Amino acid sequence: MNYLDEFRDRQVVLGFAERIRGLVAGRTTPMTFMEICGTHTMAIYQYGIRSLLPAEVRLISGPGCPVCVTPNGYVDRAIALARLPGTVIATFGDMVRVPGSSTSLMEERARGADIRIVYSPLDAVALAAKNPQLRVVFLGVGFETTAPAIAGSILAAEQRGLANYFVLTAHKTIPVPMQILAADPELSIDGYLCPAHVSAIIGANAYRPLAEEQGVPCVVTGFEPTDVMQGVEMLVRQVLAGESRVENQYRRVVTAEGNVRAQAVLAQVFTPCDVEWRGIGVIPGSGLRIAEPYARYDAECAIPVAVEELREHRGCLCGEILKGKVSPFACPLFATTCTPEAPVGACMVSSEGTCAAAYKYGR
Amino acid sequence: MDKDLILLGHGSGGKLSHQLLDELIIPTLSGIPVAGQNDAAVVEHNGQRLAFTTDSYVVDPIFFPGGNIGTLAVNGTVNDLAMMGARPLFMSVGLILEEGMSRRELAAILASMREAADLAGIAIVTGDTKVVPRGKADRLFINTSGVGVVENGVEINGCNARVGDRIIINGTIGDHGIAVLAAREGLELGTDVESDCAALNGLVSELLLEGDALHVLRDPTRGGVATTLKEIAIQSKVTVTLREEALPLKSGVRGVCSILGLDPLYVANEGKLLAIVSPERADAALERMRLHPLGRDAAIIGEVTAVSDGRVQLETSVGGMRGVEMLAGEQLPRIC
Repeated sequence: MNYLDEFRDRQVVLGFAERIRGLVAGRTTPMTFMEICGTHTMAIYQYGIRSLLPAEVRLISGPGCPVCVTPNGYVDRAIALARLPGTVIATFGDMVRVPGSSTSLMEERARGADIRIVYSPLDAVALAAKNPQLRVVFLGVGFETTAPAIAGSILAAEQRGLANYFVLTAHKTIPVPMQILAADPELSIDGYLCPAHVSAIIGANAYRPLAEEQGVPCVVTGFEPTDVMQGVEMLVRQVLAGESRVENQYRRVVTAEGNVRAQAVLAQVFTPCDVEWRGIGVIPGSGLRIAEPYARYDAECAIPVAVEELREHRGCLCGEILKGKVSPFACPLFATTCTPEAPVGACMVSSEGTCAAAYKYGR
Repeated sequence: MDKDLILLGHGSGGKLSHQLLDELIIPTLSGIPVAGQNDAAVVEHNGQRLAFTTDSYVVDPIFFPGGNIGTLAVNGTVNDLAMMGARPLFMSVGLILEEGMSRRELAAILASMREAADLAGIAIVTGDTKVVPRGKADRLFINTSGVGVVENGVEINGCNARVGDRIIINGTIGDHGIAVLAAREGLELGTDVESDCAALNGLVSELLLEGDALHVLRDPTRGGVATTLKEIAIQSKVTVTLREEALPLKSGVRGVCSILGLDPLYVANEGKLLAIVSPERADAALERMRLHPLGRDAAIIGEVTAVSDGRVQLETSVGGMRGVEMLAGEQLPRIC
């Protein structure tokens, strides 16, 4: 057993497909399920899951790729920081290609900015420790999955007494936008495939208001193809039974309460705030900013810089795509002026973006 | 996007590289569109066909498990010749050294180049050495050019794939890219993945015994198997259908790819070839490969299924079907 093959077993997947077909046979209106997490979006495309599901089950992609929902203004500020002398931008790889108002970090790197791709925020802390003459700014982008590690990096920098490590935060939390999308009559979401690793931190109970107050079936689902198929079957069964509960398909990782220690670190270093989601707008209480006692690590407060005037890209349907209202194929820019090598919208940038997944695997 | 900037992605071997070639380099220098380009040019002189190729090597780090920049520079050029069905004969070596590079490291790299050349049966006959100030290069860059002879009757070309042909690979995919990535990033992943860097001309001479049943040969280097097959599909105007289950993959490579979110179909190889063979000889060609030390894990991974404008699709391990595109942007910088 290597914990990969077992979850990618063809017979098991086809068995789920067969059962789902049987369950929905004869229905006249399709069921619409939204997967929130970008890793789900990617897995669904990568394994061709849609081609295995009957027409009565429709999967739509939600706003769960952190890179994709990062607004232009954030990228513009990162670029402005990158242009300051003696400043290094440390970031996860996907962020370098995200277009800001007029340029991207990738282009700035080609023009001479010092931009380093790291695999962990602790690598950025190590970079700061090794280069005391430089300012190292880590781009803190991500949901509850990445936020604890970034909070941990701030604690590590404090422990090491570093004065040259900063984080530019655009952290977001998942449950609030799920509640907003669930209430959107245009979408009429029949159920949520809830994120896998976000749920490992926040716990399955976090979706109870959605299920119990808003009446939307929720299934916490893993990222492997058998997980996704089982999650879909569990949602189908809830809809057919007229139920709306939180179920946990991903029990091998996710608990009802989540990772209490990670939650404590988050509460120590961050504080909830209103935050802008690209294409959706400002959602109250859906972001995390660095709390007062750690303000000296907050790049936005600690490093004043002039940021260029905000300019949105015209014609880009990122916002509607992130809300699941239109498919990438309906965007006039998709695969014409907007491609992974010259992205217009962030959905085309991140490997977990809906448009990038559709471009790479769906055509 | 600022069209004037050269980006790292222009060197990825994927779509941006093709655009740069198609829009700027080839129209200015020669005029043959990139879709008609193979790993090496085949030129004719006095009735003798010669294959001619050149390649530059900028891999970081210069030493990695399974090889170094020198073995890569020799084997890469040997392989580009071999993919045209040519017998490699002569090679040049251009060295660009950074001021301050270790002489001991250079000696080790040169010794392994000599060893690789001897093993492949190619003679290093000319060369050049330059030193640039510290910071103007990254320790060592190498350019190699090679010449080989294409025997009469050998017709290997990227535009020769036909409906029904089988796609064969000589072993596991993604080893080189993952070995270099792990070495560069100091990733402690508990794997022992080594680069597959090797000269493929010996294996090719076995395959050439299949005569005109052997239609296409290409080594899936930068951009990986996906990008290479897409190039061939476009050149031959066909659809290639791959079976994910059939792709040979080391568990360590799969593990690293899963952790880092990489698709092994796009990860570079340096000792692999894709052979496209007529269906009636596919099993025989597979058998020949498996008898060769560099083909023990050979497998038929798919077939040419239709005439089209150049498509690649994948039947996924769980039975779904999806499209496969060229590498877009950069997946891993500087892997060769």
